[in-house]
Amino acid sequence: MIAEAVAWFGDAANWSGPGGVPARVLEHVGYVALALAIALVLAVPVGLLVGHTGRGAVLLVGAGNIVRALPTLGVVTLFFLLLAESTPAAVVGLVVLAVPPVMAGTYAGVQSVDAHVVDAASGVGMRGMQRLWQVEVPIALPMVLGGVRNAVLQLVATAAVAAYVGLGGLGRYLMDGLAILDYAEVVAGALLTAALAVVLDLLLAGLQRIMVPRGVRLAELTTSKGPA
Amino acid sequence: MSLTDELGTYLGSANTRAQLWAALAEHCYLALLPILFGVVLAVGAGWLGQAWPPARGTLAVVANLVYTIPSLALFVVIPGVIGTTILDSINVVVALSLYTAALLVRPMLDALAAVPQAVTASATAMGYRPARRYFGVELPLAVPVIAAGVRVAAVSNISLVSVGALIGVGGLGRLFTDGFQREYYAPIVVGVVLTLLLALVVDLLLVLLRRVLTPWQRPTPTSRTDAEVAA
Repeated sequence: MIAEAVAWFGDAANWSGPGGVPARVLEHVGYVALALAIALVLAVPVGLLVGHTGRGAVLLVGAGNIVRALPTLGVVTLFFLLLAESTPAAVVGLVVLAVPPVMAGTYAGVQSVDAHVVDAASGVGMRGMQRLWQVEVPIALPMVLGGVRNAVLQLVATAAVAAYVGLGGLGRYLMDGLAILDYAEVVAGALLTAALAVVLDLLLAGLQRIMVPRGVRLAELTTSKGPA
Repeated sequence: MSLTDELGTYLGSANTRAQLWAALAEHCYLALLPILFGVVLAVGAGWLGQAWPPARGTLAVVANLVYTIPSLALFVVIPGVIGTTILDSINVVVALSLYTAALLVRPMLDALAAVPQAVTASATAMGYRPARRYFGVELPLAVPVIAAGVRVAAVSNISLVSVGALIGVGGLGRLFTDGFQREYYAPIVVGVVLTLLLALVVDLLLVLLRRVLTPWQRPTPTSRTDAEVAA
């Protein structure tokens, strides 16, 4: 299996043109980025609103759990029959699956902000919107990004599955390889998809670490140094 | 033909209903057997983490890495690693067992590490040897955390099995490939609904199982305890 895959990666023909590795990786990242952008626009405001006001939390969490149980292949094939076009169908399917993790992360982030901190912000005279943008959002940001990480993992995996209804990207190697029983191509596609998922997750994990506000980091340092 | 008519025709056929039952049964087997294997793997990993704390970091990193791998990629690579044919249902069971274990290892290690020192010390003082202490004291105390992880894993496995249809093993997932190939809504809609229902039922059963396994967490009013004493 390893030898076959190495031979596949060594073949220059697999690295150029619209079916080459760089083009397929870009396509895959493109679908993920597009779906994520739409999901962020839809999910972040709702998550912020629910987290800030505390209303509708039960509904939000319940909806998130239902979507986690949704079979991705079913969603993608259903939208394909509805829209009769593979790219829009796949992107709509991807958005549906990416919205709940982003929404849950945003809500959980805002929700987790210490009540004393919110109280202190009101105490120094901050209004609702100021409190949201200057206190709650910065503190919630790492958890929002946690939701984004979950969404990206889901998106990379589902974009590969969507190759079944004709979407481009790395899933093409998997589907085309399976169709002609070219196991080297299948394995190469699987390795590329897995590598892409790992790399994107590491990048976001790094971003998540940078995004922790300095104040919160300092507070954590002082509490961890405190008496045990 | 409207969707309701289509569904009526589809579900009206005895042949279809037999196929649905078979697909549902296969789906249960493919999604739930891995829970068992995954829990066993995670219990093993927890034991390793307790017996030798330096292993905890590595275990957590490996679990995170496994969880990152997209399902379709894992499904197709496993036959090359364990030497099965690509259409073998074992591939899906192995892949989902790995996901379940990966999901459980982190909370498991944290929960075991959170067992109060005084509790383990008391158990040791009462003569519990390490193995009996692990299975009799530490592991039961970690059950609530493990149960939460198992619920997530069960729901996600039930959803992931369908992807297996792309390699010919997918339980209810075959309804999606079938509907797609025939451009027919009914099987896809029925497949999605049955998957959601199955996830709901399994989730409720797991909540019940958790209650049975953690009797000390149940709210017991004093009056009931008195009644039990009197009885």
